Amino acid sequence: MKPGSTTAACAALIRRDLTLVWRRRGDAVNPILFALIVVALFPLALGPEPEQLRRIAAGVVFVAILLAGLLALDTLFRGDYEDGSLEQLVLSPHPLSLLLACKIVVHWLTTALPLILVAPLLGELLHLAEPLRWLLPGALLLATPLLSLLGAVCVALTVGMHRSGMLLALLVLPLYVPVLIFGAGACNAAQAGLPFIAPLLWLGAALVLALVLAPLACAAALRISLS
Amino acid sequence: MTPTPDRTRARHDHPALLEARGLAFARNDEPIFGPLDFALHPGEVVLIEGDNGSGKTTLLRVLSGLLAPTSGEIRLNDEPLTLARLSPQVALLSHQGGLKFELGAIENLRFAAGLHGVRSGISPATALAGVGLDGYADVPVRQLSAGQKKRVALARVLLAPVGLWLLDEPYANLDLDGIKLVNRLLENHANRGGAALITSHGAYAYTSGTPRRIPLRPASSAIDDRGTA
Repeated sequence: MKPGSTTAACAALIRRDLTLVWRRRGDAVNPILFALIVVALFPLALGPEPEQLRRIAAGVVFVAILLAGLLALDTLFRGDYEDGSLEQLVLSPHPLSLLLACKIVVHWLTTALPLILVAPLLGELLHLAEPLRWLLPGALLLATPLLSLLGAVCVALTVGMHRSGMLLALLVLPLYVPVLIFGAGACNAAQAGLPFIAPLLWLGAALVLALVLAPLACAAALRISLS
Repeated sequence: MTPTPDRTRARHDHPALLEARGLAFARNDEPIFGPLDFALHPGEVVLIEGDNGSGKTTLLRVLSGLLAPTSGEIRLNDEPLTLARLSPQVALLSHQGGLKFELGAIENLRFAAGLHGVRSGISPATALAGVGLDGYADVPVRQLSAGQKKRVALARVLLAPVGLWLLDEPYANLDLDGIKLVNRLLENHANRGGAALITSHGAYAYTSGTPRRIPLRPASSAIDDRGTA
């Protein structure tokens, strides 16, 4: 009677979650469509002048991707909670925080990474300035994992409630605001020809901190939600 | 609460797999069950009997460590169980089953095997055959009937390398064959030194031997059986 290794458990969990996303790949496109619609509406509302759009491009793409991520956030633990897989995770002999970190990584890979990949296209719709063509995806690469980790803690807290959508948004947005300020701030600074490394370093530091602490907080929050 | 001292009689051969001392649970100051005192030894199958709402599901969730008891103590193999350090020695079958409907039966079992490990001498495929679902390996669980889903969940329990089974209503949704199957699984598990705690409202009781019974009565009226909600 031996429990399997923790590596095997994490691998099994990652494989299962990736398979599930693949089986429901129609749903996986939703965040991208959402971001595309939001970004496409701005030129319609503000008029097509490239100068005006270029000024707000980075900020609009950032907000659209943040909101699209928020839309997909609730699915992180919802399915597992409803079908009882979550209590099986909690009862497994492996560290819950590590298993949850695997889930968050898969969630980021399948929801945020596609958004980052389409970010240059979204920027193009708004005449994104030339120097930002690489900086914007770079800033998103630092910001979106942070958003996923912070969001996961809030999802873990609210997963036990039915229709937690609005509450989740209220909990998450105050945590998302600094990430947005630093991320979009770096882009705006670069566009104005100012130094932009400092806000990116802040994002990186926060990301490292969240990588360590968020899975632990997530595990504690889930235990509370399940009881 | 009052820990009961008189457990020495049962302790002389093996340490109890599971022992509850003065175990009680209350939700929002409303008592759900207890205080209960019992011990579960290797080779024993114990039936928890009670009406709907008597706290059977809640008791199993407390014993598995998902819920913290309001008072009292749980010991697994003579070590206290705490919420922070859950025991890897328990397999829980709950109402939801813990199956992914989009995945095939065998995929669900392979995942469970990766997560919890595998009992020696058994594989996901043989566990599936053991619950009579030969040939359903690649059928998505969504397309299985309620009874077949229950069988897949039972195969998951069968696969886990643990000594203690906590089965919540294992007979629900099963046909006569399935009920016999559950009894056979329980008997085999007891024979290899495992123990099981099963809940039932009494319709289909464990028939092999004479299982010990723990009656649960509602500690107060009007509490629903919503331990999982």
